[in-house]
Amino acid sequence: MDQTVFLFDILLPALLQGLIVTLQLIVCSAPFGFALGIAVAVGRQYGHPVISWFCKTFVFLIKGTPLLLLLFILYFGLPSIGITFTAFTASVLGFILCNGAYNAEYIRGALISIKDGQMVAARSLGMTRWQAIKNVILPQALRRAIPGLSNEFIYLIKYSSLAYMLTVVELAGAGKQVATKYFLYTESFAAVGIVYLVLVSVTTIAVNILEKKVAIPGTVRATPAAQL
Amino acid sequence: MNNDEIVLKVEDIHKSFGGIEVLRGVSFDVRRGETKVFIGPSGTGKSTLLRCINQLTIPDRGRVWLDGEEVTNSGARINHFRQKIGMVFQNFFLFDHLTALKNVELALLKVRGMGKAEAREKALTELRQVGMEDWANHYPAELSGGQAQRVSIARALAMDPDVILFDEPTSALDPELTREVLEVMKKLARNGMTMLVVTHEMGFACSVANEVLFMENGVVAEQGSPDLLLNDPQFTRMKDFIGRIDSRMSD
Repeated sequence: MDQTVFLFDILLPALLQGLIVTLQLIVCSAPFGFALGIAVAVGRQYGHPVISWFCKTFVFLIKGTPLLLLLFILYFGLPSIGITFTAFTASVLGFILCNGAYNAEYIRGALISIKDGQMVAARSLGMTRWQAIKNVILPQALRRAIPGLSNEFIYLIKYSSLAYMLTVVELAGAGKQVATKYFLYTESFAAVGIVYLVLVSVTTIAVNILEKKVAIPGTVRATPAAQL
Repeated sequence: MNNDEIVLKVEDIHKSFGGIEVLRGVSFDVRRGETKVFIGPSGTGKSTLLRCINQLTIPDRGRVWLDGEEVTNSGARINHFRQKIGMVFQNFFLFDHLTALKNVELALLKVRGMGKAEAREKALTELRQVGMEDWANHYPAELSGGQAQRVSIARALAMDPDVILFDEPTSALDPELTREVLEVMKKLARNGMTMLVVTHEMGFACSVANEVLFMENGVVAEQGSPDLLLNDPQFTRMKDFIGRIDSRMSD
């Protein structure tokens, strides 16, 4: 078979289908993973001791076990207690939990780095703790968490391929199917790899733009340390 | 305005940290429009005292009243009282991610529930008061210490407080910047703002204070008008303290 025919008529259409599924997985997971990360970090750092303990334990469990195991439990395990998800939903749930737990750690680190004076000043103006967290602490902490959060987002792009283990034919799965059908492993997986590289590159550029956009004028963080 | 009206009443404040009693029963009344200056060696609880007044530090014992309402043990209503008791900090504590204007606006929008246009108007008025209107759109990191402190004074003023607590407002500033902040504070005092000021600036204390409270070892050791404490032979401890500062400075 002609290489061009294989590439343009078989491999790329298949990868495009897979790419769409991968993007769907990411789009459905990332916003909730982000929100969960904020909730868990704030809960752990500022919440009632019981809430704080739950947040800490949640992160401990997710960090301490493979994501694949979580996905298997969600998809293959839960039906035994009457909870059934589609493969796509189970994957998204798993990604949200995993993404959320790691995001929480990046955000917690950023929360800790905000000086006490910010909270003290906010409270001295009559803000409640929650108002202070929402309007003063988080806006600063999230800026500082961007490098870590973007890293985690890039991981999400790549570990979304684990959905294939639950029969969701996403980008890597689509490549695998073509590869095994036509016995063209190197070509197929190299193409898959290139698509992931493009996805990650686009993300990296987008994050750079975002970081510049939200940088606080006059702060060290706005300029690379090498220039100092 | 009734100048004899007591706006803030502080009664028998005690506070310990880790077994060390920092405040050992401090009481005083503040009349509306009055400026009280707290002077004394470091570690005598002056800053802690200010923080006990707006409950940023919870005193172990003692009570605080603002306009006849109890501030201590006020539960969630403390946020109401804190609007009425402004505070200015040694290290400014401006919100780093917001412009000068937004620093002043934030509590107006979120705490007072003002509309955007009104809050902006009010914030600009307060910035004008402290001579920082032209810097409204600059971020804290772009301001000098003196400018930042003036913005933080505007931020406190915006809440229309009954009294403002100044916790060593010029201790982080060089002499020139100190002067520009003190000028603003003098203006406030002249305009009738009620102020409690912890400071080491004797010149400011002598020219502005209605009363100086000299604190030592967690109590008010001497109390009176600046003239009285400096000239009446009955008072010696503050003079000793200032003498020690002066002799050090002349070395």
